[in-house]
Amino acid sequence: MARGTVVERGTQDGSRTNADTRLSVEQVSYAYSPNPSQAPIFTLEATSFQVKPGEIVAVLGPNASGKSTVLKLIAGALQPLSGRILMNGAETHLMEPRARAQRIAMVQQESPLLFPAKVWEFVLQGRHPHGKSLRFENDGDVAIAKNALLQVGADHLTDRWMDEISGGEKQRVILARALAQQPALLLLDEPTLHLDIGAQVDFLHTLKKLTNVNKYAVVIVTHELNLAGEYADQVVLMQKGKCLRVGTPASVYQRDLLEQVFQTQLTVEQRVNGRPKVSVVESSE
Amino acid sequence: MQPLTLSKVAVRCGILALILFVVVVIALKFGAVPVSLYGLAKDLIGVLIGRSSDISSEYGMIIREIRLPRIALGIFVGASLSVAGTSFQALLRNPLADPYVLGVSYGAAVGSVLALIIEPHLALRPEIAAVFTPLGGFIGATLTIAAVYLLGRYHGDIDSKTLLLSGVIVGSFFSAMILLLITMLPSSSTRGVVYWLMGDLSTPMPPVLGWVLRTGFFAGFALIYLTASDLNLLLAGEKEAMHLGVDVKKVQLVVYLAASALTGLAVSVSGSIGYVGLIVPHVMRMIFGTDYRMLLPASAFGGAIAVVIADTMARTVAAPSELGVGAVTAIVGAPLFIYLLRRRLA
Repeated sequence: MARGTVVERGTQDGSRTNADTRLSVEQVSYAYSPNPSQAPIFTLEATSFQVKPGEIVAVLGPNASGKSTVLKLIAGALQPLSGRILMNGAETHLMEPRARAQRIAMVQQESPLLFPAKVWEFVLQGRHPHGKSLRFENDGDVAIAKNALLQVGADHLTDRWMDEISGGEKQRVILARALAQQPALLLLDEPTLHLDIGAQVDFLHTLKKLTNVNKYAVVIVTHELNLAGEYADQVVLMQKGKCLRVGTPASVYQRDLLEQVFQTQLTVEQRVNGRPKVSVVESSE
Repeated sequence: MQPLTLSKVAVRCGILALILFVVVVIALKFGAVPVSLYGLAKDLIGVLIGRSSDISSEYGMIIREIRLPRIALGIFVGASLSVAGTSFQALLRNPLADPYVLGVSYGAAVGSVLALIIEPHLALRPEIAAVFTPLGGFIGATLTIAAVYLLGRYHGDIDSKTLLLSGVIVGSFFSAMILLLITMLPSSSTRGVVYWLMGDLSTPMPPVLGWVLRTGFFAGFALIYLTASDLNLLLAGEKEAMHLGVDVKKVQLVVYLAASALTGLAVSVSGSIGYVGLIVPHVMRMIFGTDYRMLLPASAFGGAIAVVIADTMARTVAAPSELGVGAVTAIVGAPLFIYLLRRRLA
């Protein structure tokens, strides 16, 4: 199946799996129940997609559609009920935590620090998986952390305190820590949630550049349809635990489909660069 | 960007060890029998570097048999409480956590008070009677650790919020039991129990208990220190730590058991000495930063120094009467903690 082809829910799309595939999500399902004896309150139905090196895949959908569950499953934090998630042939939830963190880095929404830390201390944490449990960073670790800060354009923040820098700067530093892990797969959970539009574009532009240069495979969960349409190579559209479509933004952003998923009136235009643009139609009432 | 190195940790620990040595020498000087500070320091250095085999005979017996064992007890109790407090602050992600937050001290107190009540009725041999109360305390602490662990699990794993709530509730329950037990004690024993609840280093300890305390401290400290890098990441949250390669559940279990055991051991032999395990970690954090690879040994030295100073004050300020060491740490610690809290808020 060629890249960009629309994949209907529940169908096998393993045909796209090849030697170039870095991440393969194969018919993965999951059920969440607060108590094992109770019926699940959320289920994720069979979901499949692949990610190649240098590719950004955005997982889209309304609240409670299962986007973050997909990310947690990929990260190995949850065990699939059925199906499997392979990264270079190995199932992610079966990897040892340290081995997994050497290959997969997660950029989450900012979490408060219990005690203040300097930016460089924070970024050096990304070197933790590359050594024994008790370790002291060496010159090589420092060079990698400095390079990570340079790559995200935050090297000027090195000696600042984490609680003194802005939200946009903080997200760049969190990204730098993920880069310091030297991962093959980058996972981002709504990384631009609290950022202004300028900082959002700035962040995603940096991410796109780094993905191209370092050949990361990237999966990003976001609510930003237009930014995903602009920066993602593929999108996975979800609703109520179901994977509705997988494909290029242009192929997935169909007005009827988006209106049904997001329960609002929308227009979808194709821009000159081939990327879709979604606008909300103002209600006449 | 200058990361922490092993040599930096070693140099700073060396400085702290030197401060502890000076504090110990000064603490050895104070007491009813006058001792020359210069002569004592010279003798101790001579013994430490192997140049002489014993302390001057003029005051040697008092130093060896009375003051030094008590100071050694203070060192290991202070270090244990402080390391436990530092560990619980990371484990529970709560800067207000101290060694007693999970109720271990109350469990130990119930065990000890029960032992105090039972002991007169058992006609024990003197060597067993000497360890009976600490043993009761340790059994109480161990049962509390197990109870809080079982109650604090969520879906089979430690959950820091559930653990904290369970510890607070178990602690409150045992606290009420202590009050109940005190009313059952004869009035002659009440003073001893109150001293024990405030913290007390004056009771001579059998050598075997000293050995257990020292061995327990080094084992517990080593286990916790091996997770120091992991604890740095745990400060940012369990999810963050997991994504950075920490085996969160394993680290939580090891730190919970080791820090609780340190607390149980310390409380069993000295009672509940308050504030040391809360304030020393914060003071050390202000001096050396938040990195647990430095903070844990710094807290061990800091706790030892704090308790030796407090105990020296406790036995000299109102001499020949003696104050409870826990009363001294509370009187000094409470205002110091308020100062640190206000400074943090500012």
